[in-house]
Amino acid sequence: MSEPHIATHEVSLYASARKIYPRSVSGVFARWRWALVWITQIVFYGMPWLEWGQRQAVVFDLGARRFYIFGLVLYPQDFIYMTGLLVISALSLFLFTALAGRLWCGYACPQTVYTEIFLWIERKVEGDRSARMRLDNAAFSLEKFVKKWFKHLLWIMFAMWTGFTFVGYFTPIRELGMEFLQTRMSSWEVFWVFFYGFATYGNAGFMREQVCKYMCPYARFQSAMFDRDTMIVSYDPGRGEPRGARARLADHRAQGLGKCVDCTLCVQVCPTGIDIRDGLQYECIGCGACADVCDTVMDKLAYPRGLVRYTTQNGMTRGWTRAQMLRRTLRPRVLVYTAVLLAVSLVVAFGLALRTPFKVDVVRDRASLARIVDGGRIENVYRLQIMNATEAVQRYRIEASGIAGLAVHSDASAEVGPAESRWVALRLQIPFDAMPPGSHPVRIDVGQADGDAHVSEKSVFIVPR
Amino acid sequence: MSDFTSSFWSGYVALLTIVGIVGCLVLLWVTARKKVIGQADNTTGHVWDEDLREMNNPLPIWWVGLFIITIVFAAVYLVFYPGLGSRDGSLGWSSAAQHKAELEQARSELEPLYQRFAAMPVEQVAGDAQGMAIGERLFMNNCAQCHGSDARGSKGFPNLADADWLHGGSPEKITETITRGRNGNMPPMAAAVGTPEDVKNVAHYVLSLSGSPHDSLRASLGKSKFGACAACHGIDGKGNQTLGAPNLTDGIWLHGWGENAIVNMVTQGKVNQMPAQEDKLTPAQIHVLAAYVWGLSNKPARAAP
Repeated sequence: MSEPHIATHEVSLYASARKIYPRSVSGVFARWRWALVWITQIVFYGMPWLEWGQRQAVVFDLGARRFYIFGLVLYPQDFIYMTGLLVISALSLFLFTALAGRLWCGYACPQTVYTEIFLWIERKVEGDRSARMRLDNAAFSLEKFVKKWFKHLLWIMFAMWTGFTFVGYFTPIRELGMEFLQTRMSSWEVFWVFFYGFATYGNAGFMREQVCKYMCPYARFQSAMFDRDTMIVSYDPGRGEPRGARARLADHRAQGLGKCVDCTLCVQVCPTGIDIRDGLQYECIGCGACADVCDTVMDKLAYPRGLVRYTTQNGMTRGWTRAQMLRRTLRPRVLVYTAVLLAVSLVVAFGLALRTPFKVDVVRDRASLARIVDGGRIENVYRLQIMNATEAVQRYRIEASGIAGLAVHSDASAEVGPAESRWVALRLQIPFDAMPPGSHPVRIDVGQADGDAHVSEKSVFIVPR
Repeated sequence: MSDFTSSFWSGYVALLTIVGIVGCLVLLWVTARKKVIGQADNTTGHVWDEDLREMNNPLPIWWVGLFIITIVFAAVYLVFYPGLGSRDGSLGWSSAAQHKAELEQARSELEPLYQRFAAMPVEQVAGDAQGMAIGERLFMNNCAQCHGSDARGSKGFPNLADADWLHGGSPEKITETITRGRNGNMPPMAAAVGTPEDVKNVAHYVLSLSGSPHDSLRASLGKSKFGACAACHGIDGKGNQTLGAPNLTDGIWLHGWGENAIVNMVTQGKVNQMPAQEDKLTPAQIHVLAAYVWGLSNKPARAAP
């Protein structure tokens, strides 16, 4: 293959970011995005204020290593549920992406959500796209100064509130509020309020699409989950080309033009600054802003909607109807993702529902292997760590089995305070000649004194030579 | 710094650090100024496997800004904190000092909790549920390694849950033992006792004191040789708590039971140590701990109404 001749020019190794001024947009996808902004943010900002009994409903006490989620008390040992949650999140991402592309990116990702909120503030203070561009290009003036500072003030206040809410998941938020009013927040709390606030301010105010383009790994592996039946925001070149300006009532067919009037509104509304008419690009976060704005243009010209629309690659090239495309959602990839997602969700849900409200660790005592006590009985000492995962004082009975004559010789019941973990010394004895020298498996069974839940742990009983 | 046998290695590491940082800065400077030939179609001009072209995706310039921030951070860090060879930072920070400060802080935070117990006598703390819960935790963390989680000890480590005490079981003595530690010293006594045969006889006499199985002939022969032992263990063998000499007439054998164990003890002696805890625990903690240990073998006093 011969090398085609391509014009060359000198370029830098680094690209300077071009500031993007997304034009405001309204339409069905914009409404969906705002609905999700409200839902996610009401949950995020509201959750720490909910009370559950005598405490905050959701609070992660890192100091005491207890994680409270409504009625649940989780220990660090429960990290498996976190793993389950992450697996569910990942599978959901796969499923949604296979179905309709970057739904997460376009509607629910915090980067999108906070950028949307920050853009809204920016628009309220500085005006829409053209006003903002004018303001940025204008020479320094009092108006520019006031507008810029007012915008940053609002941004910073919002960002600090976000940081405060974030820390409120780790320090009870009402307590944190009191600490703030009395200026006695700990240095780590101050650090995290500022750090999270600064990250929100920087990412949603300045970095915006740069985060998606250069930092987010998801943008780069999405294509692995796309196929020819994935619904993606696409421009229909068959309908739109050749693009060109025309008089409102002119017959575009007679002029040899397609439906695209080349108004470039789709480029102006794009939060990542791309042209959807160039086809699928890794920068596209699938927000549907271009589809929304194009529909308004098509309406004005009385053209059919959907020059830019959610469609599949198959649908576009083969001219499928909506129903034909929808039928293809029941393809193996989607079914497998759904089945695995359902299975994992059920396992996690059942695991949580059936979990015993306490945990037990059995550790053989490190000080002595075995000892001979009164009457020549052989004694082994164990330490039980009993972790109470309820918020009431619990009494547990301790039993042991596995060797004939094996008996508990220390207190056979133990009381553990609410959400506390306690080390309990356990002494087991067997008659002198019940077992030959060596190590013998035993089971230590700990059960609720007034309940059915019990935990059985394996250990060994050692008979000395 | 003792890790380095000479200051050469410290200088060597410091030089490597500085060369590394300056090298990064030079690399950034050179690449930021460098221009390359770009193609009009925004590819790098590289072609593989006949038709695979590499797009030109330049790093954003703010990334260079972040890189410069890390370099500035490194420089500032090296001025204030240790990191450049064996140089201490100008803030004088060290992990040991931080640990100490955190320990101090934890102690001052816990002090109000212990204050309630400091005013109570040991006997009363032993009857206090919260006091015993704290005592149990202190015991599990500081004492259980040797004395066992159940405080019943093992060979060489005394049982703290019975009524037998080497150095006394009064609250004051227990507090003293925990605070200052104890040194148990049984000197090798074979020469003072006599021939190996005499030692064996003494061993049987000692066994007879507690009614343990023994050879009565040897025991009667050994009785006259027990004088060497009586200086510490007493004429009647009941021991002496001021010296830490154990009672030989009870059935408790800290270092093993039977002829062999006793003969070994007499010929070789034994040095045993309970380490002092005053550097690890505060007096208030020791007070609560003493109450826990005392409570293991005594009935606690009722709290004053």
